[in-house]
Amino acid sequence: MRIRNFLASLTTLILLVCTSAVYAQSIAIVGGTVHTVGPQGTIENATIVIEDGRFVSIAPGAAAPAGATTIDASGKIITPGLFTPVGSLGLVEVGFSAGPLDMLQRGDQFAASFDIADAYNPRSTLIAVSRIEGVTRAIITPSAGFPDEAGNSGRVLHGLAAMVNLGGGDDSLEQRAIAMMVSLGQGGSGLAGGSRAGAVLTLRAALDEALSYRAEKGELEDYNLSLSDLEALQGVLSGDVPLFVDVDRASDISVLINLVSEYGIRAIISGGSEAWMVADDLAAADIPVVLAPQDILPGNFDRINARRESAAMLAEAGVTIVFADGQSQTHNARNITQSAGNAVANGLSQDAALRAITLAPAEVFGVADRVGSIEVGKEADVVIWPADPLELTSYPEQVYIKGNAVEMTSRQTLLRDRYLQTDSDKPPAYRR
Amino acid sequence: MNKSIVAIATLALFVAACEQGAGDDEAKPYSSRYQPMAGGATLLTGATVLTGTGERLDGADVLISDGKIQAVGENLDAGDATVIDASGRWVTPGVIDVHSHLGVYASPGTQSHSDGNEATSPNTAEVWAEHSVWPHDPGFVTALAGGVTSMQILPGSANLFGGRSVTLKNVPGRNVQDMKFPGAPYGLKMACGENPKRVYGSRGQAPGTRMGNVAGYRTAWIKAADYKKKMEAAEGGKGEPPMRDLQLETLAGVLSGEILIHNHCYRGDEMSVMLDIAKEFGYKVTAFHHAVEAYKIADLLEESGTCAAMWADWWGFKMEAYDGIRENAALVDLAGACAIIHSDSAVGIQRLNQETAKVIGAAARVGIDIQPEHAIKWITSNPAKALGIDADTGTLEEGKMADVVLWSGSPFSVYTRADQVYVDGALAFDRFDESINPVTDFSLGTAATAGGAQ
Repeated sequence: MRIRNFLASLTTLILLVCTSAVYAQSIAIVGGTVHTVGPQGTIENATIVIEDGRFVSIAPGAAAPAGATTIDASGKIITPGLFTPVGSLGLVEVGFSAGPLDMLQRGDQFAASFDIADAYNPRSTLIAVSRIEGVTRAIITPSAGFPDEAGNSGRVLHGLAAMVNLGGGDDSLEQRAIAMMVSLGQGGSGLAGGSRAGAVLTLRAALDEALSYRAEKGELEDYNLSLSDLEALQGVLSGDVPLFVDVDRASDISVLINLVSEYGIRAIISGGSEAWMVADDLAAADIPVVLAPQDILPGNFDRINARRESAAMLAEAGVTIVFADGQSQTHNARNITQSAGNAVANGLSQDAALRAITLAPAEVFGVADRVGSIEVGKEADVVIWPADPLELTSYPEQVYIKGNAVEMTSRQTLLRDRYLQTDSDKPPAYRR
Repeated sequence: MNKSIVAIATLALFVAACEQGAGDDEAKPYSSRYQPMAGGATLLTGATVLTGTGERLDGADVLISDGKIQAVGENLDAGDATVIDASGRWVTPGVIDVHSHLGVYASPGTQSHSDGNEATSPNTAEVWAEHSVWPHDPGFVTALAGGVTSMQILPGSANLFGGRSVTLKNVPGRNVQDMKFPGAPYGLKMACGENPKRVYGSRGQAPGTRMGNVAGYRTAWIKAADYKKKMEAAEGGKGEPPMRDLQLETLAGVLSGEILIHNHCYRGDEMSVMLDIAKEFGYKVTAFHHAVEAYKIADLLEESGTCAAMWADWWGFKMEAYDGIRENAALVDLAGACAIIHSDSAVGIQRLNQETAKVIGAAARVGIDIQPEHAIKWITSNPAKALGIDADTGTLEEGKMADVVLWSGSPFSVYTRADQVYVDGALAFDRFDESINPVTDFSLGTAATAGGAQ
């Protein structure tokens, strides 16, 4: 049967690639069109050389070094690994009525210091599903969630995000405390006691206490916040840890811009439906926006001026933009390519769209020295595509994370292959 | 008699005259009052045309007049039609979404707009989705910008029997009757699995399990069969008819084949059980919706002539969605069953073409080649069939309603936009001319006319 044969040859190819990767210290990807998303721009017929998990050279027409495992990528498109900026990868299996749901932390004991990194499961089934579609890095984020049955809710400051690679190994956790999650606007109002002004006050009070704690370190006073929260907030005050703020309405964004300037701290906006209305202010304050360009409906009154050209307008104003996948933010983290493609359909340049799912998130979260683009010295996250990566009919042929060729299978491909065997005499459970 | 009274009387006559022209039996309460907008004759020339019948014509023309498709072919005579150069662009039938909650879960998603689930009893076959539809939902307009010309609005899935659905043309209206697709049959929403058992089980009430769900369906069908029998007997002059019962009327309508079953069901094993229940009571499951595991029972769907309406890639948000795969629709199609891509989402409905593209890509990955002219059926003629409106729309065949999308390129490219959308031959949306496009009452005065021109 045609499909069986195709699968068999695909499996052989996968085995070959994987086997060679295990032994090779040096890999050369030869002949492809490389979108470096770095200073080298786009290079035709490029040779990428990877050693010990890093890029060591990217040059047009160069010969593969002797002894390198050579991958023929002629006619292919090569991009950096995709970087998803928000969501619960490794924190959830089944969202509703099943669990786990480790992104949610309710109650008073900890808020700002709640460190999501300790919940990450690199072997979650969602990881392989995402990485075979080209996602190699993720920011994993605590979520404020909804009040539980007892009425306990999350907090306005709901914890620390982390950056992971999607390699699936015990070395997946790359960086803790990469940002601190905050909800303002309508989301924050529900966590603060009713009003969005309460959410702003909660944030101010936390920063003020943290300042006071810093000034009087060693002299413990009676603080409202826990010690661990006060410690976690020191990173925010020093500018090392940006606030990652869920906010949509233009007026709330303006309040945030003033607050950030007043305290001399950094912020990243998540959502930002009306960010385009204050785009110049955001650009001046150097506040980036993580957005889903497909979310153009007024889902609530904070998003009443959402519009489909947001991404292009923000980019035009000089705001750094990063794409989230919108609807799921986790199970379909792979759909950040759809976000990017739709932004292009609505006026953003192709280069800016690819940047918004690779280098821009790395820059925004302060890890662009290590990942995000194909540049000498960076960690070798790279994807080989047979066609335009933003097209939804396109799919990666091979993904590398830190120079390792990942096995291009997931629980979903196993299910698919089992049920493709329609000519099998055996019941599905006996088909592998 | 003063002038204003004359004016009012004239207006009343005019309104009455309009109603005379309605598609359904205008004497019937709740019937369609849809009136196509005026549209002249239009000739789209030199396009790549996907007809919805499985054909692709390159460099072809499509002639629209009197609200109908007049001809599709090469070098058509324009006559007095407005000629639109469509070279380099693609033309398809209007997109049809078999599963939408626009109007019943309208934007903004406030509690006051939560009108989709009558979650007060596991069997609410007596409610009609059309009585919840808010025609000013801005989601109708954004869906139009995505090429959607018809859709089924369903009640939610909290109940075993959620109530009647309604099929709408995607046109602005003052009330749902202005939008109702003339002559479209009603559907009945049924739901399997987690939702009903969770909603009622958590209240200590039946059903609390999947077996409780099934007992609930069967019990209801037994009553409906009895009601139908008594009604028919009375019509035949034997005995008094039972008191009219809205719930049983809808269920009996299913048993007599007038109302189509649209069954929310995720798991393959549960869909198999539902097919058996249909067998027991002599009705047909027109379509399983969501059908995340349709690929596991594609042969059974083919045998029973039941469509599967699916997302491209939603999975894992609940246990019964854990086995979702992107190739689902392709595998259903490969088995010869009727595959449909649906949205169940005010966001997804705007890009059913892109969702279809995901399936094409996933299928290609395992060597299944799906051509655009075939894939387009999943969002046009197949949903039209499942809604019982395929004689009127869903393909670009002569005499059908001129529900047409002119795309900037292949509808399966992420960069493509619907340039113009025609409903019954009238230009309903033009992304280059904001003055053409509807703006809902709700969206008036917002800085962005959501879904408006680029």
